[in-house]
Amino acid sequence: MAFPLPRPQPPQLPHHLLRTVDCKQGAIRAVRFNADGNYILSCGGDKTLRLWSASRGTLLKTYSGHGYEVLDADGAFDNSHICSCSSDKTVILWDVASGLVSRKLRGHAGKVNCVRFNEEATVIVSGSIDGSVRCWDTRSRRPEPIQVLDEARDGVSSVKVSEYELLSGSVDGRVRRYDLRMGQLHVDFINSPITCVCFSQDGQCTLSSSLDSAVRLLDKSTGEMLGEYTGHKNTSYKLDCCLSHKDTHVLSCSEDGYVYFWDLVEGSVSLKLPVGKATVQSLSFHPSEPRLLTAMEGSVKVWGAEPEDTVEDQGQQ
Amino acid sequence: MADSDTEDFVTYGTPLDPIEEDEPLKKPVPLHDQTVKDEKGRFKRFHGAFTGGFSAGYFNTVGSKEGWAPSTFVSSRQQKAGKVNSRPEDFMDDEDFSEHGIAPREITTTEDFTSGRQDTIRDKARALNSLVAPIPGDTVLEDLIAPARTSVGVEMLKKMGWKEGQGIGPRAKRKPRKQNVAEAGTRIYSCALPPNGSEESEEEEDEYTPENVTFAPKDVMPIDFTPKDDPHGLGYRGLDPHQALTGLPGMGHIDLFTLDSDRTSNLLGTGGPKHRRKGGISGEAFGVGALEDADADIYDRDALSNYDSVLGGEEPGDGLFGWTAPAQYNKKTKGSSRDASYLGKILEGFTLASQASEIKTIFPPPELPRNYRPVHYFRPVVDLASTSPMVAQVLMESKGHMPQQTQEKGRHQLDASQRRDLLGESSLTGPASVFDLLDNKDKERLEGIRRLAGVGASGAMTEERRAAVVAAGVAAAAAKASQSALSSLPQTPGSEEVLSAWRSPTADTSCSFRPFEKNPPKQARYDQYISKLKQGHKDALESSLDGSMTEWERGRERDEFVRAAMLYKPSSSSLSSRFTRAKHEDNEDMVEVAQEQEGDVNDKQSAVKMKMFGKLTRDTFEWHPDKLLCKRFNIPDPYPGSGLVGLPKVKKDKYSVFNFLTLTDSRPESGGPMGAQSQPDSSPLAGPPKRAEPGKKSRWDMSERAGQPKDALSEFLSEARSEASTSQQPASSQPAPAPSLTPEPPALSQLPPETQQLQEEEEESRPPMDLFKAIFASSSDEKSSSSSEDNSEEEDDEDGHRQMELQPPGPLNTGMDPSALPVPSSAAPGAAPGAAPGAAPGAAPGAAPGAAPGAAPGAAPGAAPGAAPEAKPPPEQPKLPAAPSKEQRQEEEEFGPKLPPPTSSWPQLPASSSVPQGDAHKKKCKEKHKSKKEAKKKHKKKHKKHKGKKEKKKEKKKKPIPEESDSTSDGSADSDSDADDLPGSISTEQLLTRLKSLRGKKYE
Repeated sequence: MAFPLPRPQPPQLPHHLLRTVDCKQGAIRAVRFNADGNYILSCGGDKTLRLWSASRGTLLKTYSGHGYEVLDADGAFDNSHICSCSSDKTVILWDVASGLVSRKLRGHAGKVNCVRFNEEATVIVSGSIDGSVRCWDTRSRRPEPIQVLDEARDGVSSVKVSEYELLSGSVDGRVRRYDLRMGQLHVDFINSPITCVCFSQDGQCTLSSSLDSAVRLLDKSTGEMLGEYTGHKNTSYKLDCCLSHKDTHVLSCSEDGYVYFWDLVEGSVSLKLPVGKATVQSLSFHPSEPRLLTAMEGSVKVWGAEPEDTVEDQGQQ
Repeated sequence: MADSDTEDFVTYGTPLDPIEEDEPLKKPVPLHDQTVKDEKGRFKRFHGAFTGGFSAGYFNTVGSKEGWAPSTFVSSRQQKAGKVNSRPEDFMDDEDFSEHGIAPREITTTEDFTSGRQDTIRDKARALNSLVAPIPGDTVLEDLIAPARTSVGVEMLKKMGWKEGQGIGPRAKRKPRKQNVAEAGTRIYSCALPPNGSEESEEEEDEYTPENVTFAPKDVMPIDFTPKDDPHGLGYRGLDPHQALTGLPGMGHIDLFTLDSDRTSNLLGTGGPKHRRKGGISGEAFGVGALEDADADIYDRDALSNYDSVLGGEEPGDGLFGWTAPAQYNKKTKGSSRDASYLGKILEGFTLASQASEIKTIFPPPELPRNYRPVHYFRPVVDLASTSPMVAQVLMESKGHMPQQTQEKGRHQLDASQRRDLLGESSLTGPASVFDLLDNKDKERLEGIRRLAGVGASGAMTEERRAAVVAAGVAAAAAKASQSALSSLPQTPGSEEVLSAWRSPTADTSCSFRPFEKNPPKQARYDQYISKLKQGHKDALESSLDGSMTEWERGRERDEFVRAAMLYKPSSSSLSSRFTRAKHEDNEDMVEVAQEQEGDVNDKQSAVKMKMFGKLTRDTFEWHPDKLLCKRFNIPDPYPGSGLVGLPKVKKDKYSVFNFLTLTDSRPESGGPMGAQSQPDSSPLAGPPKRAEPGKKSRWDMSERAGQPKDALSEFLSEARSEASTSQQPASSQPAPAPSLTPEPPALSQLPPETQQLQEEEEESRPPMDLFKAIFASSSDEKSSSSSEDNSEEEDDEDGHRQMELQPPGPLNTGMDPSALPVPSSAAPGAAPGAAPGAAPGAAPGAAPGAAPGAAPGAAPGAAPGAAPEAKPPPEQPKLPAAPSKEQRQEEEEFGPKLPPPTSSWPQLPASSSVPQGDAHKKKCKEKHKSKKEAKKKHKKKHKKHKGKKEKKKEKKKKPIPEESDSTSDGSADSDSDADDLPGSISTEQLLTRLKSLRGKKYE
């Protein structure tokens, strides 16, 4: 790089509260954007899964069929299906439009912590407290999973899927990356129960938060640590972390009621977003815009970089 | 919100509260709680439908509490009271103006726009009024002056020139020849009406239509689609109230100047010669009313003439509009007249069919060939092989089909084997039929029986004959049995048969049953026997038996082998080729263990503490994704053709240390297979001769390894073992603190300074990377040390771990050494070259318990030898994931395989070796850095241990320097800190570069 790059625009952080959605479904266990960020999925403690419009905060559909609280959900790339997992040990594939259960996948021995579609929604990957990650086929009606990844020695708390990789974080303090293309399993030892793992948007790094109140950015290929982000509090709950849509910031929930934004490179806290008094349980970053969802207790908050009206104007232009 | 405008959701009104799934259903509100409020929110009480409905006003009085105030007339000079015109609305309540009140002010359709439907209520009211009115003409006049009520549509049409009775549409110049079109399509069934004269006139009139006359289209009569929704019969009409009251058939027309009765009579009179009804109730359901004359017509009589006999028959004046036409212009009449002339005469009431009925063609039956015989017989099958060609030829000819038939085989004629050949598949190894499984004698017998049966079938098979057959069979069997019983002992029963059976090429030993699997040497002999059988050796049995066994033993084995060979002879193996072997054997002694084990956790923990993520904390395994999973991810299978899924597993003995110990790659014989094979029975005290299996090397077999120059420690160990061999019996049997070795501690204390100095020198000259690696190689040592520590603890007490924590660090190490020292000595008997394998089982438990409390310190290669021989095998070993990862192995390779001393700290080196220290020392020095590194590692490990114990609760430290300095007073402290610093700086540099590149990427 002979010439210095033009100074980049300061990244916009979603610090304006756009709206608060009272989900009325008990404690919100997880809140997720769908694939394009137009809809919100909220997983409630009252056994229901709800679909909301992100722009208006209106309830679009309620999916009920789980036997216990819903712990995680994910939307398919084409918005035709939703998968969700629950404490009732099942993973359910929903038909979005009809709201019916299109498949109920049983096989986990414990509550299922996390669930995720692959890119083409042909496989559902679910991680459970029983220490296994199961890959379910959505194309066939086979009741058994395609493959069970039982390498974890404790519960699997988080699972992510990329184009050709499965990333799982486990309570045994390890981040496992299953590389399907290479046929290799990479185990990174973190030494503290992992609460959440993420891929960076560029796919070169993995982010993992653990119960020692630290979020670590590891190089995917070598496992070296590129950054460590501390300051928040995460010692007892399974809290989410994520990267912003342009990989500029690292975000993490915290038990002190804030969402922490760290500059990815500097490692310094660039924003402490006050969400409320209780623990911020879950968060989800918009796939393409500076927009953030946080879940605290029974409500979901939508945050944007700009106040609502201007955002609307932009949208209409 | 770029997407908000693309969203096609439209929200109306306010959303209802979402229905809660589990909420109990709301109870219906009980009657007494159901209240009605008026628009001002006041409760309305219901008095009952017949007592006034709802309460109104103020407590049923007036509109307010103050009551109703009458309007007062006030008039003054200044303000004259105007004339007050009261309107009815002034006396109405608000409710009366509402939609359902008596004077609604809502917007309603005015009469002008309710064209078709008349206000029935108003009509009725008017009708009643007209009857009731004292002056009958009153209403009549009212009607008279009532404005014409035509709908807007009609008015508009009229303005456009439409007249009633005409159709709507552009006027046509000439009337279309509708009649013809209609006639062409109609078919007349049964009798048609005779041609209508009017049609002719109409046609004729066409001629005279003036040019400038246009015709309006025909009016379309609206079809009444009133559904029939009552149970009455067709055409039934119920009571007509108008009739009942007035005797009028309807109120359609009002005569102006007559009274009711006259009116009706007039109307009816004009209607035709119908019976006049005078009023009163009449209808089809009633008889003659009191006001009616008895009449024959009281019962409605229906006549067929009231119905149309032709569907779509002509309407009167259909398209004629008063015009008539001459007959000759009617085509149809012309055609019919011609037909009539042809036929001569047409019966009255009949007409000619317009279309001639089709002539049925009858086809003649097919002609039979001359030689046709109405009986079918089946041709005999010609077996070309068994019959002579001549006969075959004749037969073929007689059958009328030539052999070329075989050439043109369709795919349906192919049998399985032919298809297989076409597809190029390999044939099944098994026999084609059950008969192949029988041996020759049985086949012969079967043949005989069949032949007999055949004979019997030709005649009538008698009972005697059948008995004879059975008897023959029995006799044959008995003879066979006696023969086998009588056969000489050396040649053992059936050995010939066995030989013949096994000589067949299909026999496959590999997949055959292994009857003596429990006893490997015996199985080996048996395998040898079988292989010889396969080769056709006559003396297979004798040659494969062990010459060193007694005659009796050999005899027994001979019997067993032959029996086994009979039992599991190839026939069964060929059968088994059709089946597959069980995938899971019911072998509880074996356990599936992952091929590659994760590296030591302690290493990683320390690395994590130092934030040295990367190589140290990463393990990479071979992992096989499921084929289907790859397919679903659109990824080629990384291991095509491998049936494996998941991590590759290896079968290992359940009770083997080797599951839990890991070996470096430098040792080719891995723990897996050896561990699995070396203990058929896992009692540690089993006799040494049994164990001594040629060709199988235990990793404890030090005789070989001692020759390796790089392993200084192993030498120490072996020497220590040979020394301690005198005390081997008690030591091996009893995992004791071994007091015999306590004398050595003094030696330990002497040594340290020297070694430390050496280390210092070495370290200074070392390149930084080496240091870096050494540190982390040392961490693997730590594990070994911890395991050995744990061993000793285990021996002492279960609580040993905690006790150690309480002890001061300095003395602890030296104090531990003696307890750890017995390890080599006790190991000596097992590990001595002669009895190498014997140590293995004994070693197992030692490592395992050691590993257990240490939270999986597992099995660093170094730890294994030291820890192994100590203890007795506990009944169950905790399963531990302890193998080093690939990286670790690589590192170890770089630094040479280590057999670290059994205890944690370096001082024990001299202790374990009774050899002069200098000797050992020199050796160490000779080997490049290895031993030093090891020593250093040990040293470090000690620190770490302290760290672990003392500062467990402390905050993570960035640099271990302070710890080291406080833990030891030796001079190597700074070198250690160097070592720690260096990797740190390296990693930060790397980090920086990485981050920079990352940032660059990001902002591109």
